[in-house]
Amino acid sequence: MNSTVIRPPIVRIRNLTKSYQRGNQNIPVLMDIDFDIADGEFLALMGPSGSGKSTLLNLIAGIDKADTGQIVIGGVDIALLTEAELARWRSTNVGFIFQFYNLIPVLTAFENVELPLLLTALSRKERCEHVETVLRLVNLEERMDHYPSQLSGGQQQRVAIARAIITDPTILVADEPTGDLDRLSAEDILTFIDRLNREFGKTVIMVTHDPRAAEKAHLVRHLEKGVLSDN
Amino acid sequence: MFFLKLIIRNAFRHRLRTVLTVVGVAIAVMAFGLLSTLVGLWYLGVESSSATRLVTRNSISLVFSLPVAYKDRIRQVPGVKSVSWGNWFGGVYIEPKNFFPNFAVEPGSYLGLYPEFILPPDQKAAFLLDRRGAVAGRKLAEKYRWKTGDQITLKGTIFPGEWPFVLRGIYRGAQKSTDETQFFFNWNYLNETLKKTVPRRADQVGFYMTGVSRPDQAAEVSVAIDTLFHNSLAETLTETEKAFQLGFVSMTEAIMVAIRIVSYVVIVIIMVVAANTMAMTARERMGEFATLKTLGFGPWYIALVVFGESITISMVGGFTGVLLTFPAACWIEAELSQFFPVFNISPMTIYLDLLASFTVGVTAAVFPTWRGVTIGIAEGLRRVG
Repeated sequence: MNSTVIRPPIVRIRNLTKSYQRGNQNIPVLMDIDFDIADGEFLALMGPSGSGKSTLLNLIAGIDKADTGQIVIGGVDIALLTEAELARWRSTNVGFIFQFYNLIPVLTAFENVELPLLLTALSRKERCEHVETVLRLVNLEERMDHYPSQLSGGQQQRVAIARAIITDPTILVADEPTGDLDRLSAEDILTFIDRLNREFGKTVIMVTHDPRAAEKAHLVRHLEKGVLSDN
Repeated sequence: MFFLKLIIRNAFRHRLRTVLTVVGVAIAVMAFGLLSTLVGLWYLGVESSSATRLVTRNSISLVFSLPVAYKDRIRQVPGVKSVSWGNWFGGVYIEPKNFFPNFAVEPGSYLGLYPEFILPPDQKAAFLLDRRGAVAGRKLAEKYRWKTGDQITLKGTIFPGEWPFVLRGIYRGAQKSTDETQFFFNWNYLNETLKKTVPRRADQVGFYMTGVSRPDQAAEVSVAIDTLFHNSLAETLTETEKAFQLGFVSMTEAIMVAIRIVSYVVIVIIMVVAANTMAMTARERMGEFATLKTLGFGPWYIALVVFGESITISMVGGFTGVLLTFPAACWIEAELSQFFPVFNISPMTIYLDLLASFTVGVTAAVFPTWRGVTIGIAEGLRRVG
């Protein structure tokens, strides 16, 4: 826990608010959020459904816009970026791991992992080398030609992790990464995420309901009705 | 290359849906092609008319005849190169359903005016020598399995009775568009028979065909011919062969306009069907579009994927439709040759077919692309799972 204190923050959030409009009704989701995430941190965001934890994760990942407040990541205030700049920023700085893996069903494991690299200037040969390395890292080199439907849930999530880390992002955001997995596969995925944090120094921000998953994190923050509570 | 692979795989992801859409587009394109050809054929007589041929008929109506004696006076009009004449015979072969265009014509001058009817020299000589001789087009002869030397009897409708002929020649068309389903015989045979049976109908012709040296003389010669018979018992109306054919076509103009509208409606219907397919597809893939956006792909990539898929499906349908059009056209030509002596699919029709398919693909993709491009990432991701 002490490590979060001494390391410089990679994420700085100040006075963050977010609300949704439903008809004439304004529904506040996040209220005046203030907190930092240190570089190399493994943070778990917990809270009941509708507490705003996925919304907060989306805002940090730059896939949603806040109403007010500031999100500075690696020195960049992402609220000031245009859509195109934000898309470029996301592709190099953030790796996404989703609950339902979000793989493209008509692409093989190899092709799914290769997707983010299509936005880089790498040659086809270089892309192949990168993808093979990452698939080896997640122990799926034997399954690279398999389509998502030919893989188990755990294997699909490992492909999703490989896709998330292929561009070597600074931050990994994971939204309920074990929510669709059996206990054994969930443990496997959590161990892998933990390894990415410890061995490769990735900052991990994970939303979870699962206390066992949260145990892997160095720091757990709770959201309740859009308000961030203490540790 | 990567996106091409993605587009093709996406296009055949729901095989049944794609196959049904492809079949729908193919049938629509085939129908469009056949209807366009049909409309084009209606005007074929006009388009294949010669600019140096004039038609002279009774100014009251085509059903009234003209004296055969007019031929010598027409021949004397400056600019006239040759004159032929004939009658629409309107006979049927064995039974009324076996109908085809048949004319009694002055053989030598008529064949001279129609160089597009190619007849072997020996057959031409035999036809000119035999007063009961007749000539049939290649398709007509093939249909009834006629050979030269066969005796063919037509039942007269305008000129009652049984009319036996000896087939002396089978002509073929100089171009693909030349009508090869006509039947000609010697006008003298008709006239001499009429002199014996119905003398008051003898020495009368239904029309004169006049050849002029240059197309620019047509108007001048037409006026000269009509002036010649002004205030006579049988005044004439002379016009170019094109104008004459247009006169026939204009009688059915409304039907042609209706057919043309139907052909466009077919395309609009398939456009709606394809748009529905693409809308369903895009709705199912909102999560994937959101994922692509999350990974950093911009709106152009989403547009490429949706447009690519839509155009792939519609063009596969379009090409299939074009391929089906040819056997369908052959079938129509074989089975309905009395109505459509020539049923050729022109290159322009194929271009229009493919253009229509492309338009269907593009139009069908517009709304789904807009949805895919404008949907928020967070909203799109909520549709996964």
